[in-house]
Amino acid sequence: MQSQRGNFWQDADWLIILLYTVMVIMGWLNIYAADFNESATSLFDFSQNYGKQIAWIGTAGILAVVILLVDSRFYDNFAYIFHGFFSLLLIAVLIVGSEIKGSQSWLVIGGISIQPAEFAKYGTALALAHYFSAQNADFKKLKTKLYSIVIIGIPVLLIMLQPDPGSTLVYASFALVLYREGMSGNVLLLGVAAALLFVITLFMELIEIPIPLTSTVLQGEYFLILIIAGLASAVLLLFKKRIKYIWKPIVTAALFSMVLVAGVNFIFNEVFEDRHRNRVHGLLGIISDPQGTGYNQHQSKIAIGSGGFTGKGYLQGTQTKFDFVPEQSTDFIFCTVGEEWGFLGTTLVILLFMVLFWRLIYLAERQRSRFARVFGYAVVSIFFFHFLVNVGMTIGLAPVIGIPLPFFSYGGSSLWSFTILLFTFIKLDATRRNVLA
Amino acid sequence: MKADDKRGIIIAAIIGFIGSLFIVKLFFLQVVDDSFKTSADNQALRYVTQYPARGIFYDRTGKLLAYNEAAYDLMVTPGLVDTEIDTVAFCDLVGISVEHFIARMNKARSYSKYRSSVFEKQIAAEDWGEIAQKLFKYPGFFGQKRALRHYPASSAAHVMGYLSEVSPVDIKNDSAYQKGDYIGVSGLERSYEKVLRGERGVKVLMVDVHNAVKGSYKNGELDVMPTPGKNLYTTLDRDLQLYGERLMKNKKGSIVAIEPETGEVLALVSSPAYNPNFLVGRNRTANFIQLVRNDTLDPLFNRATKAVYRPGSIFKVVQALVALDNEVINASTRFHCNRGIIACHGSHTYDDLRGAIQHSCNPYFWNVYKKLIEMGEYSSKFKDSAHGLTVWNEYVKSFGLGVQLNSDLEGIKSGFVPDKSFYDKWYGEYRWAFSTIYSNSIGEGELGVVPIQMANFAAILANRGFYYTPHFVRAIGDGNKQERFKKKHFTMVDSTYFEPVIDALDAVVNEPGGTARRARLDSITVCGKTGTVQNKNTPDHSAFIAFAPRENPKIAVSVYVEEAGFGGTFAAPIAGLMIQKYLTGETNAAKEKRILEADFIHLNTKEE
Repeated sequence: MQSQRGNFWQDADWLIILLYTVMVIMGWLNIYAADFNESATSLFDFSQNYGKQIAWIGTAGILAVVILLVDSRFYDNFAYIFHGFFSLLLIAVLIVGSEIKGSQSWLVIGGISIQPAEFAKYGTALALAHYFSAQNADFKKLKTKLYSIVIIGIPVLLIMLQPDPGSTLVYASFALVLYREGMSGNVLLLGVAAALLFVITLFMELIEIPIPLTSTVLQGEYFLILIIAGLASAVLLLFKKRIKYIWKPIVTAALFSMVLVAGVNFIFNEVFEDRHRNRVHGLLGIISDPQGTGYNQHQSKIAIGSGGFTGKGYLQGTQTKFDFVPEQSTDFIFCTVGEEWGFLGTTLVILLFMVLFWRLIYLAERQRSRFARVFGYAVVSIFFFHFLVNVGMTIGLAPVIGIPLPFFSYGGSSLWSFTILLFTFIKLDATRRNVLA
Repeated sequence: MKADDKRGIIIAAIIGFIGSLFIVKLFFLQVVDDSFKTSADNQALRYVTQYPARGIFYDRTGKLLAYNEAAYDLMVTPGLVDTEIDTVAFCDLVGISVEHFIARMNKARSYSKYRSSVFEKQIAAEDWGEIAQKLFKYPGFFGQKRALRHYPASSAAHVMGYLSEVSPVDIKNDSAYQKGDYIGVSGLERSYEKVLRGERGVKVLMVDVHNAVKGSYKNGELDVMPTPGKNLYTTLDRDLQLYGERLMKNKKGSIVAIEPETGEVLALVSSPAYNPNFLVGRNRTANFIQLVRNDTLDPLFNRATKAVYRPGSIFKVVQALVALDNEVINASTRFHCNRGIIACHGSHTYDDLRGAIQHSCNPYFWNVYKKLIEMGEYSSKFKDSAHGLTVWNEYVKSFGLGVQLNSDLEGIKSGFVPDKSFYDKWYGEYRWAFSTIYSNSIGEGELGVVPIQMANFAAILANRGFYYTPHFVRAIGDGNKQERFKKKHFTMVDSTYFEPVIDALDAVVNEPGGTARRARLDSITVCGKTGTVQNKNTPDHSAFIAFAPRENPKIAVSVYVEEAGFGGTFAAPIAGLMIQKYLTGETNAAKEKRILEADFIHLNTKEE
């Protein structure tokens, strides 16, 4: 143990720890700016988010040290226990949780509110990593695919029931992990294609095409289905000679697309509520309503856009400080960066994240154990997904989905969860030489 | 596992792609597109215009003529207005109808949803108190402090003029104006607009999403203090002005009083007048319409500077001076009162100059004018007349007649003194002679003058041959008198020729048989000349000019009373009262009573 510990301080990846520290400090500075008002005197004003965040940062630091002190084998061995425990919490929250803003996501224990969904990601990442290492799993096997779906699916289902669409969507990030571990790249492409088709459908369903020589009109989505059928037929006819080899994928793709179009149409109009529909419409520019549903994103873009190249200066932001931007210290913290630090600031933050992600991938790839590698990819995928959706939302490239920006957004649960994820991986990486591959 | 190594690179590439995409998008959002900056400023910054106080008007003794009272514009930012507010309660509070509310909101919205515009203008300070207390209930509304003109004496409206909201053309021509600003459109408010208005300041405040003020932006670095307008120290004598206005009640006409030794206008009365306070504040529009459309007497019209009359007999004094200087007559030249050529009145038969002026003898001045026009320079009667008229025209214009006085009050008419080209156009060159134009000899014919010119003429007589351009402002702010008002304008008539004429004007007022006996004062020698302006369809106008005292004159006056008949009956006593009031501070009660009771407006419209 003695020699191992000596090695640890040498082997730990200090670049990651440095990035973490810098980003948490930057995050706190921006939370302070977002909630700043002249009347507050103390940094430790616990009625203010920046005061509370100091406490969260302190405890997160303790947590990080504790994680680094625990034997790395603990995480591997107790992976399923973690997953089970957090899944139980997700069930508990459905029964005894408190409802905030329409979703039952919070457990209040001794005056402290925690969000189990933030921690469930950790259990899922550990369990998935453990499964892939322990079973010598192979993604080509159906069994592996099914197990993966079950491990990821349990928390997804439970979080959907809260319902917390933002946190649910985060689990989509595990697709990157599975891809790295052998899932066909086509699944990712299919996902992107499905997303594109989804968008096209939303545009098409607003159009009506008159049918020549009749007085009836054809709904856009049916027209789209006809086009897909027509395209598939055309391809089949063009490559008649090779029809033997291509009919299967073409027909599958066409049918899949048609079902998707019909399904999107159904889900979008029958299952979604108005607020969801409006957000998507607003994002796609189909309906513009900056005073109504588009307000948050409109204000967010104004705040960031008004920062200009060099920003307005620290604590000089008017849009974030004066509540024009909603949730300015949590989901929309990036607005403060944009407004007060300008393009230089936003670019710096994005580059910091890029360096963090690439470094994490580099570290994951150098792991000898599959457990550590899968876990590493889970960490980078979860972080990246949060980054993608959160920043994308504030600059108008993604719909408004309330998930935090790692290390920046105010919030204890999310900071703790990101810290636990990151430092568990730092611990695994630091002790990689002790593992017999 | 090694086969999958490149998947890590693909994942890293996807992440890199997204990062680059974000940076590009941010570049457009933050660097390329400026519109967000504007939007941000529009919603988070409130530019509160700091209106400068408009310059104050004082009279020559330091009494106030016009000052500013606090008033408030109720401003609205339509985008911030709560649609759930109790509109009826709000309308009650502000004192408007619901229809009015809807119309104003639509107007404000069509201007801009996010910029504030005026909802209700010029709410007096006493009404504002209650509104201000309850305004917090109505987000999107706020008060903008402005100033409202107030005229404590309700006097001298025509001199001071009035203000009006700037037109789009004004805004386009002068960047100093913004929508909702006020600009002087008449009187001194107009001619001194640039010094009176001062310079607008601005206070940049930060507001939060609830429109609550959060403090000064950048510690007031961008704030600009307003520069107040300069005060005007006018030449008017408030008491004399008020007295003149009182005397002119129920009469159409004007009084102009000038201090001869400076050209300063002591009083300028145009009647009927209006209360200048009517054209201020929330009721301005209604009152304006009332004054312009519904009043046939046209009270906004400044008769003293814009009404052109024929000079009548007063012009005989000009003829006498021009003739003396040209030596076509001298003080003892006599002409027969030959009423065969032109009508006359009174019992005189063969007057010298003094008598002719005193009795206002028409044939005498027919002869004088004939001698001026036909000086015998050319053998052709036509050419000789043309030459004579040209010389005469130049002389008359040197008295400030037929030319525009370069005063500081806008819109003074120049009147008309006919010249050669005028008659040439009318009759053809060398196709007219003295016999065609002789009506000018007694101030009829084609001549036209405005009352202020005649008061100036009285000042010329008082000064024995020169005048200062009549003006209304002694000093702007801390400054001195403007140079153009310090310049003496000499007539072409030598000063030595004035004394015999003044002697005659003394006789007009003070000797038995003079036409202006009613202007006579016991202690002061008033010199004057009556005039009766003949009209085709309406009764004659009564006119009179005078100055006093004869030695060391302090005041020169012209009085016009329309449709009041002979000059001596009303114009002369009014002038006498004005002179007495100014020089002694006292007035003759009996004379005053007669004037105050005279009514030349309601003659034809009496209902009982």
